[in-house]
Order: sequence, then structure tokens, then C-alpha cells
Amino acid sequence: MMSSDQPILEVKNLETHFPLEEGTVVAVNGASFKVMPGKTLGIVGESGCGKSVAARSIMRILDKPGEIVGGEILFRRNMGESSEEVVDIASMDSNSPEIKSIRGGEIAYVFQEPMTSFSPVHTIGNQIIEAIRLHQDISKEGAKEVAIHALGAVGIPLAESRLNDYSFQLSGGLRQRAMIAMTLVSNPTILIADEPTTALDVTNQAQLLELMSELQTDNGMAIVLITHDLGVIAEMADHVSVMYLGEVVESAPVDDIFHNPQHPYTKALLKSIPKIRSNSSERLASISGTVPHPYDRPKGCAFGPRCDFFMPGRCDASIPVLQEVRPVHQVSCFLYDEGD
Amino acid sequence: MAEESLTEQEPLLEEITSQGTDQIYSASQWQLMWWRLKKHRLAMIASITLAILYFIVIFADFLAVAEPKTSEAKRGEMPPQGVHLTFDGINPKLYVYGTKGVRDSATFKKVFVADDTTRVPIKLFAKGYKYKILGVLPSDRHLFGVNAPLKAEEAIYLLGTDVQGRDVWSRLMLATRISMTIGLLSVSLSLFLGVLLGGISGYYGGLIDLVIQRIIEILRSIPTIPLWMAIAASVPQDWSIIRVYFAITIIIAMFEWTRLAREVRGRFLSLRDEDFVTAAALLGASKTRIIFRHMVPSFMSHIIASSTLMIPFIIISETSLSFLGLGLRPPAISWGVMLQAAQNVQTIALTPWQLIPAAFVVVAVLAFNFLGDGLRDAADPYG
Amino acid sequence: MTTTESSLSEERLLEVSDLEKHFPIKQGFLKKEVGQILAVDGVNFHINDGETLGLVGESGCGKTTTARCILRAVDPTNGQILFRTREDEVVDIATLKGAELKKIRSDIQMIFQDPFSSLNPRMTLLDTIGEPLLLHNMGTKDDREQRVAELLEMVGLRPEYMRRFPHAFSGGQRQRIGIARALALNPKLVVADEPVSALDVSVQAQVLNLMVDLQEELGLTYLFVAHDLSVVKHISNRVAVMYVGKLVEMAPTDELFSTPKHPYTAALLSAVPEPDPRTKSERIILQGEVANPADPPSGCYFHPRCSYATEQCKLETPVLQEITDGHYVSCHRAEELILEGVLAE
Repeated sequence: MMSSDQPILEVKNLETHFPLEEGTVVAVNGASFKVMPGKTLGIVGESGCGKSVAARSIMRILDKPGEIVGGEILFRRNMGESSEEVVDIASMDSNSPEIKSIRGGEIAYVFQEPMTSFSPVHTIGNQIIEAIRLHQDISKEGAKEVAIHALGAVGIPLAESRLNDYSFQLSGGLRQRAMIAMTLVSNPTILIADEPTTALDVTNQAQLLELMSELQTDNGMAIVLITHDLGVIAEMADHVSVMYLGEVVESAPVDDIFHNPQHPYTKALLKSIPKIRSNSSERLASISGTVPHPYDRPKGCAFGPRCDFFMPGRCDASIPVLQEVRPVHQVSCFLYDEGD
Repeated sequence: MAEESLTEQEPLLEEITSQGTDQIYSASQWQLMWWRLKKHRLAMIASITLAILYFIVIFADFLAVAEPKTSEAKRGEMPPQGVHLTFDGINPKLYVYGTKGVRDSATFKKVFVADDTTRVPIKLFAKGYKYKILGVLPSDRHLFGVNAPLKAEEAIYLLGTDVQGRDVWSRLMLATRISMTIGLLSVSLSLFLGVLLGGISGYYGGLIDLVIQRIIEILRSIPTIPLWMAIAASVPQDWSIIRVYFAITIIIAMFEWTRLAREVRGRFLSLRDEDFVTAAALLGASKTRIIFRHMVPSFMSHIIASSTLMIPFIIISETSLSFLGLGLRPPAISWGVMLQAAQNVQTIALTPWQLIPAAFVVVAVLAFNFLGDGLRDAADPYG
Repeated sequence: MTTTESSLSEERLLEVSDLEKHFPIKQGFLKKEVGQILAVDGVNFHINDGETLGLVGESGCGKTTTARCILRAVDPTNGQILFRTREDEVVDIATLKGAELKKIRSDIQMIFQDPFSSLNPRMTLLDTIGEPLLLHNMGTKDDREQRVAELLEMVGLRPEYMRRFPHAFSGGQRQRIGIARALALNPKLVVADEPVSALDVSVQAQVLNLMVDLQEELGLTYLFVAHDLSVVKHISNRVAVMYVGKLVEMAPTDELFSTPKHPYTAALLSAVPEPDPRTKSERIILQGEVANPADPPSGCYFHPRCSYATEQCKLETPVLQEITDGHYVSCHRAEELILEGVLAE
């Protein structure tokens, strides 16, 4: 068992760029976050904030021409017999056997779109069995047993007959469960779920979130949950990192994020969403403007042009850095800058 | 990067086109397409090549030197002449040597040697045979040539002559006219048929769609070459050049429209469910307006790109048919007709200059392909 | 315009009765019809003048098809859609044709979900927003231009932008353009189909606020179709819930969210995660999957997933009835069940 006060995954100043013919898209611009064993880290942000690219950087499955140009991704591997080894995923070759054994082995990944995450020309069973045999030395029959067990564990009824189904024969909710079943057969220590419920209806979403919590309790894996839905974050996460335009702007325990947010963006975001369990039907506070395209990032603080607390000459002059304002609560904003 | 898709579009254009912001924001689709195309180097080179080829189409007679149909038995299979430069004071002058036919004493074959005692000066805007510019204005001026009187020994054969002693250069100019227009005409005809039938098929659906689709499938299942051979063989021998020319155009178009029809139908089907088309219908727009104001402009640029990619195919078709003797026949001149002469190894070995039309075919086909690719890439500035 | 015999009570703008829309399932080379999808399967509801009715349900429940029937983007199979026009005449939209249908289009307009596909990329804002004016022969070219400028200002965009193309605008701005187009003809009813679900969280509030402002300013009536219950709760006066082509419950917003009467509504409400880690409420996790609208179960369509189902639910189809003032439910056990909502009463 690993010591639980050490992060199992630590991303430090990650920078991921997409050099295109027309210019470089800075998708992740020095993001840092930690994943604790057995806990859920929520990464929340709007489109273009780089949360998915950050996750794909960890898996080293970036779409071309994306590349990690800076930073570290430190992953603590359990080498058995209570020995551990810390490896830097960022410095590995994206085709090396080492990353391949981590990817889909110790770190599992669930995609947003359940339709495309399975190959339509192979049965679900074949794909799960293949995944099992890729990481374990086991006979076909043995793998089939494991697969049936895994499908049952994620609550898929009639698991044995489902093995012969193709992905398009399942509904969205079942497909996403099957996907999770497939990722879990390798007993991952981290499950990265990239908008796992966005394509699902609210009742299916509830089922899936419940399932993920249960699996976490049973297997003790860490979860990195990437979503734009603050409700899902509040429900699932232990710790939250808020991203905006490729940067982590605030990082805090979930209760602090929702009840004591510090960054103007987090505050504004929370005020702008309607809440189902409150009686007030007040006007929503909105954030002016739109998320800028990563091509034309504003000078200085990326949120500056939309911020209510914008300080001319300060926020547009230099870029704030993430710093601790209270224990385990980090904010990247000049409002909390003691230094001047 | 699926999550980025919503915001990805706008500022990208700015980067791509390097125009000022305001200019881009109020730029129409054709302007955006042009800005994108300008950045496509191969396509621009191809456009220039095609512009030159179509310049030849328009001014073929002006560029020709000798009446392309005049044969001269004494001048059969002459090799290309070298052009020489001399200075008359400071004025540069171009000339070619006259040629002499001599018998090779070993093989007894007739060979031509340059006669460096006679210099034939090349004159710009020289007088030559009479023709009509664009079929209207009578003229006898040519870009270059030798002034009459013409002695057979004192003619210019830049690209040599064929077996009947006709000037390859001049014939090539006129062949370009026919070969390049046949592609354009056939494509226009296919475009008309394709958009009409594909449009009906895609917009109305139902039984008529079913019928049109089955017809297309049947047409496309017939192997083209034997079919063309059969149809071309039925073109009467005594038809005039112009009639054969149009017959060939129509025959090629008859089979080529099916591809465009499929594409148009596909576009119609996908556009029918686009929100902006629904929006127009909900505003009370008529079917005609929806088709011509909203749907057709949305895919016209794609269709133009596809048509451009079809032209080389048609040029090849015409060339193959004519080469096989089933398309245009002498006295019509096309690249295919000219290449007919190069049907045997002996000709190729002894008079390789008769293969020059093949180079034109290759250049034209490549140019159309590159331009078509460029257009296709540029056609969708939104996607 | 023909006035229909059926009456429409004073405060109502629209009344939908027994609306059905069936889509044929076709197969094979000759496209033979082998079955039907009951997308909308007998729906009844009304919308009062000046209010916002939220229509919610999960994907495939028929909410969008219902909206499109009202707009006549699709032709209903059966049923009546009574509507009070601006001339105070009552017409049945379901049966209108030709010029009469075109005339009614100026009264009912739509806001689309996808701000990217709902605007023709080949048309400037002037052409897009001016198109309804042109189609209904309103004013000269200059008049139209002035009206477009007015509309742009109304939705919070600069009138100078009218000669720009949609590609110059972000998702939120495009949605404003779509709203301006919908309002060009001064409609009475605006059908909004998921108008904010494609937008970024930080932009959603802008668009929702705009819709609320415009409603006050212009006295609009909204049919707000959405799957996001928090948004629907925020904007609606009354809410109707659909499940597999049928309306299961309809009530004033606060009542529906505090005391739902249909087990499906209760489950749906409880499934919404609240953006507050301190209120982790008891969730009703529904078993199984949404019924297939091509082959729905017997009796109440919800019974296979309902924990309150009885023998009667398997056999008899419940009908929508008013159990308390303005609270309509379609459940055999509506009167006896006490279900928990998400709002304190």
C-alpha cells in the first residue's frame, strides 16, 4: 500500500503546444496539480481551457501536432513489495513500452463520447478480452471470465450475452459503463474521466456517477474528473482545480471552492449558474465577454479583460502565478499578492 | 480537442488569411476562399500554368507559325531546330539555320542537317497564313515566323515536323485548343446535369430519388472504355469535325454527370437538416428561395472544386479515345490525334519529338489536379 | 384566415390537444414501412399569454418533436394546436396550409440550439436578420436596414456589425444574432429549443438574462425546451415533463420542484447534481433504460423503472389529469404518493 499523504500523480508547470501552420496554440500554459491516492481531483473549466489537453498529455495521447514542451508529469509507480518508483511521464517517448504499460494499465482513461470509444467492427467482449490479455498473462477463457465479471461489476445486466454485442447496440449509458468496465480490468491506480457524463442524460449521469464512487470505494483508485459541470464537481470531487485558458487559476478542497472561492473567475462562474435547490429566482450574474481563443491570449492575466476586479497597469502587465493564500488553497491572482 | 470546437473558428481565419480583422469579418465566402487559395503554392502555380494553356486556346492561330494542315512531303519528320542568338549592334536577333535533307550513306535514310550557311531570322509579329482572331477578326499576323515568301528550306520548325511534314508546334497550339475546351465543355454539361438531377434527387427524395439513384448505379456499373468504344464507333464517319467534337463532348458528359449528381445529392441531404435551412423555412421562405439562396451557395464552391478535379479525367478520356482512333479523327487536331502518330516504337525511337503532346497532357492534368486540390482545401473556410 | 370552432380561453395563447407525431421506420431496397416510432404520443398542454413554459425530458422523449410540430417544421400526425393570432383569431396550426401557414410564421418563431449551424455562413447579419422582413414584405431596403440595426442593439450587439458574416462572432454572440432574427417580425410566441446548452457556462447566463429582459420588454411568450432542469427552473413559470412521447406532469415551477407528483419527475429532479458539496441529497437512481418509442411497454410507459408500480400500472395507460389547481399528472397513484422534491415548500 502506498503512503496516502504523497501524491500519486503530480503535474508541474505542464506546457502543451499545438504548433500549427498559422501559429502555435498554447493549449496548456504551465498548469500544475496533484492527484492524491484514492481521492478525486476535479478539473473544471470551459471550452478551450485546456483541461482535456492536460489529461491527454498525461496519457501521452495528444492529437497531432500537439506536444509537451515543458514541465513534468511525475507518476509514482507501485513496483510491488512496497517499493515505489517515481517516473516522469512527460519525458518519456510517447511510444515507449514504459508509457504503454502505464497507459491503459496503471492509468485508465474514459472518453467523453461513448460512441467512438469502442471500435464498431469488434464485439464489446473481444475488445475487453483483448484489453485484459494485453496487460495480463491469462488464457482466453480466463480473460472471458474476468470480462463477464467486470461487466457485472459496472451493473450491466446479462453480462455474458452482452459480450457478443457491438458497441452501437448499447445505449449511451450502457456503452459508457462498458467503457469503464474495460478500463477497470487492469486494476488502474488512476482513472482519468474526460467529461464522462456530458453525452448522457441526467438520470444516466446519476447512475454513472454513483458507479464511479462505488468503484472508487472498492478499488481505492484515484480519479481525475474533467468536466465543465460544477454540479458534477461538487458531487464527486475531493479537491478541485479550476482552469482558464490553459492555466490553473484556483486550486482548493471542494468545500472551499464552492463556499470560499477566491479567484474572481471562480466566484463569477459560481454566481452565473442557476441552482436547482434554491428558492430564489434572482437574475443571474453573468460574466461579460467570451472565452478568448488561445491564438490571441490577452496580455497579462488571461481573465483580465472579463474580470470585475481588473487593475490596469497590473493585471495587463504581468502574469500572476499560482500561490498559496491559505493552507492547501492556491490562487493565481494579483488581488492576493502580498509582495507589493 | 473536441471541446475547443466551439471557439476554434473565428480567430483562425485571421491567422490563415493575414488580412485585417475588419476586412475578414465582412469578407464573403468567395473572398475567404480566394485568400486561402492564394496561400496554396501548388495551386497558384497550377493556375498560372492553366492560364497559359487557355491563352493558347484563345490565341492558338496567333501562336502557330505554319498552317497546321499544310503538309510538305519534303519536310517529313524533321527534328526540332535549335534557336540561335546573334547581336546586330545591340539589338538581339534570333535565327534558325536552314535545313538540308541528305541521305545517310550507310543507312540510306533521309536525315536533316542544319545548313549553317543560311540563317533564317525569326521575326516577331510576322505575316503568315490568314485566320480569324476569336473567329471574328481576320488577321494574318503571328507571334513569330519568317516573312513570306516561304521556301521550304527557310521555315521554322521549333518542334520538328510529323510524318507528313506538318509543323508540330503549330499543330500543338491548335490541338491544345480542342483538348482543353473539350474538358471544359464536358464538365459544364456534366455540372448542369449533375446539379439538376442530383438536386432533384436530394431535395425531393422518395420515388424520384430512387429512380435517379438506380440509373446512376447502372450507368456507373458499365465499364467505360468498351462503352465509349461502342458509342464512339457509332458516330458516322462523314460527320464534320465540329459535329464529332460535340458528339464526343456529350458522350463523355453522359457518364461523368453521375459523380457530380451523387455529390450534389449528398450535399442536399445533409443541408436539408441544417438549422439555418429550417430557420429559413420557419421564416416563411419558399422552396425556391431555400434552394437557391441557402442551399446551393453552401455547396457551390465544393462542386466547383470537384468539377475542376473532373476536367483532367475528361482530358485523359478524350486523349485515350482519340489515340485509339475512336474519338476525334484527322483532320481534327487534338493531343490524342497527334499522339496517334506515336503509336509504334519505331516512331518513338526515331522521332521522339512527336511525343511532345503527351507532355502537354501530363502538365494539363497535373495542373487541374493541383488547382482542384487547392480549391477543395479553400472551399470550406468554415470547416 | 379561418377561425376554428374550438374555443380557447381568454388567458391562453396556445393549446395543444392529443398531439401525435409518428415517424415511419423504413427498411430494405423498396423502403417498405416496417413500423412506427411514436415520437409524440398524445400530448396535451397549454401556454398562457406572456408566460414561459419549460418543456423538459431526456433525449428522445419527444420534446423537440413537440416543439417542431407547433412550429410546423414537421407536420403532426394527429391532434390540434390552437393558437391565438395577433388579430385575436383562433387557428388550428396543425391544419394550416400555404399562405395561411406563412402568415402565422410571423407570430411564432424559433431560437435554435446550435449557434453555428443555425446561421447561414454565407449571409451577413443584415441579410440574415433582414430575411424575415424581406419575406414578409416589410418596408423598403432602408427601413429594413434600420430595423436590423434596432434589433442588433436590442440583443446587445453593435449595429455597425451588420455587414459582417457569422464567422466573425463567438457562440454567445451568434446566439444573440439568432434571437434578433427570431424577433424581427415581432412574434407572440418564441419556441426556444435548448437555446443555451451549446454555450459555455459563463456565456449561458448572458443569454438567459437577455431572454428574460426581452420577454419583459416585448411581452413575449416562451416555450423553453431543455434538458437542463436548473436552467428550466430559473426561467420558467410553469414546467411540463415528458417521458417517451407523453406528458407525465405539468405544474407551476415551484410546485413541481417542491412537490412533484409523478415518480419520474421526482427521480429526474433528484438526479440533478447541485453545485454545492454540502447538499448531497438522497438520489433516486432509476433502474434500467428509457423505453424504446418504437416498441413501448404496456400500460404506463414508466412502470418497468418505477418503484411504485402496481399491477394496474402494467395494464392501464394513465391519462393526464388535473389533481390540484394547475397541477396535471399522468399517474394512477398520483393522489396517494408523497414524493420528495428538491425545493423546500
